[in-house]
Amino acid sequence: MSMNSPKQTSHLKREILVRLIRAFLSDNFEENTRLIPYDMRPKGHEVPYRCCIYKEREILRDRAIAGLGASIEETDDSKLLSEVAKEALERTEPDSRPLTVLTTACKGCVPSRIYVTDLCQGCVARPCESACRFGAIKVTDGKSKIDPEKCKNCGMCAQVCPYQAIQKIIVPCENACPVDAISKGDDGHAKIDFDKCISCGKCVSACPFGAVHKKSQIIDILKCMKSGKKVIAMLAPAIMGQLPCTPKQLKQAILQLGFADVYEVAQGADVTTKTEAAEFVERMENGAEFMTTSCCAAYNQLVDKHITAMQPFRSDTKTPMYYTAEIVKREHPDAVTVFFSPCVAKRKEAMSNPNVDYVINYDELGAWMVALHVQVAECGESEFKNEASAEARNYAVTGGVAHAVQTLVPEEIPIHPVIVDGLNKQSIRDLKKYAKNGVCELGNLIEVMACPGGCLGGNATLNAYKPALKQLTNYVNESKSIVDLEK
Amino acid sequence: MDKKISVKVCLGTTCFVMGSSNLQELIDTVPRKYGDKVEVEGVPCLGLCSIDWEFSKAPYVKVDDEVVKEATVEKVLSAIDAKLQ
Repeated sequence: MSMNSPKQTSHLKREILVRLIRAFLSDNFEENTRLIPYDMRPKGHEVPYRCCIYKEREILRDRAIAGLGASIEETDDSKLLSEVAKEALERTEPDSRPLTVLTTACKGCVPSRIYVTDLCQGCVARPCESACRFGAIKVTDGKSKIDPEKCKNCGMCAQVCPYQAIQKIIVPCENACPVDAISKGDDGHAKIDFDKCISCGKCVSACPFGAVHKKSQIIDILKCMKSGKKVIAMLAPAIMGQLPCTPKQLKQAILQLGFADVYEVAQGADVTTKTEAAEFVERMENGAEFMTTSCCAAYNQLVDKHITAMQPFRSDTKTPMYYTAEIVKREHPDAVTVFFSPCVAKRKEAMSNPNVDYVINYDELGAWMVALHVQVAECGESEFKNEASAEARNYAVTGGVAHAVQTLVPEEIPIHPVIVDGLNKQSIRDLKKYAKNGVCELGNLIEVMACPGGCLGGNATLNAYKPALKQLTNYVNESKSIVDLEK
Repeated sequence: MDKKISVKVCLGTTCFVMGSSNLQELIDTVPRKYGDKVEVEGVPCLGLCSIDWEFSKAPYVKVDDEVVKEATVEKVLSAIDAKLQ
């Protein structure tokens, strides 16, 4: 699947968020929230996606539950949306599981299996029969037939068929998950195993029914602002490619939403670069074979849950979010901090960091701007108080972190970056191999990004990849190198 | 020669968030497909989203005077094809 491809499901999810934000800002949040499904599908409205208007409304209700930050699975069907809204106002911290699955929207796709289509010619060569190591496929009555008892879904027959007549039917969420954490339960609906889940969010993007939702924290953030707290925005580098405006206009637009101040997380990324470069030098001088980066939150969960043998090779340097939040809390001990993230995984990291209070994704930020009629291109420019380097601002692009570290490693220390551009079953197998053997034959600094293309390809971004990259690169090119910033 | 068809892809914030970010490819692909018969550009807010709740029908694209609601690449291309016929 191409990166950041357009989807009707994102449109629906964003529309719900816009309506929730407007409901919050109205004089009757709870009642206006309850009405969202009816406002979106009023009497006589066309039924674009489902069997009837009642099912459409029910699914919109469930989507609103996720937008309110609650768990769809754990919310009783009889509960009114107004009650869920009320509970959202009362909660003191966000739910610890960042994702939730909407069973009414999950179609319960047919189980993943190998299927012989009508294109099968019952040929004489029958490579499918010879390729199958389990004796599960046989030509009978002029057509290949699969014995489901014997078939292991390996797909070898599909690969060798000269007519491409054999297809592997996939369940998109299961297929997208690199760690087998989501699967169809006994009832045919998808379920997430949170002991295995690394919050990479690939299932969110993969489901064609938009059944996997993140639990939004936007109501929590709005609540803090309403109660007069000082709420500070921390913008991860990928944001600079997301909206049609300059970085300084973006800062102004975010101030207009009610944030008290705006920091670039690139500022913390500069600390990460320096610390990680020093750590790399130290490890190499002590004879280490290789080191991996540690800034991708989904990768960190992968290591801790599935490749513990990698832990000694992973850098101990903290993430840009960590250092930025530390700076912000030092300068504003009374502030509520919000991390602006291109992905779901950072929610998990934020929950274990007391300096980061909330996380908002770029699609949610976009919905907020729509709700308040903020026109970014018409905003004035507001200067950032702190400088950040070109290398730090380029952290969002695959290879960016390794390049930044390389810039600061002295010449006498050999450094050979290896870029893992996206976590999938193959790249995870490779990582497991490096960890087990204690050596990586391709190089000695492994940069790992869960999303192809880096954070700019994150699952909660707004802009298409190419224009986002172009816009971000312009910003990087007008920034000073970390070497010159140090002077 | 006939008058050129004008395609305006709204890149105002609402349209951008609701999906015109993915319509930017039209700015490259349309001239390649139609040559100089069609003129395409990304434009600031066309003002169509601010009326009542009409943000939900964003993104908007204008093909000459015709407004394409909930625009997708396919919808815009077929609107252009219809004008060219």
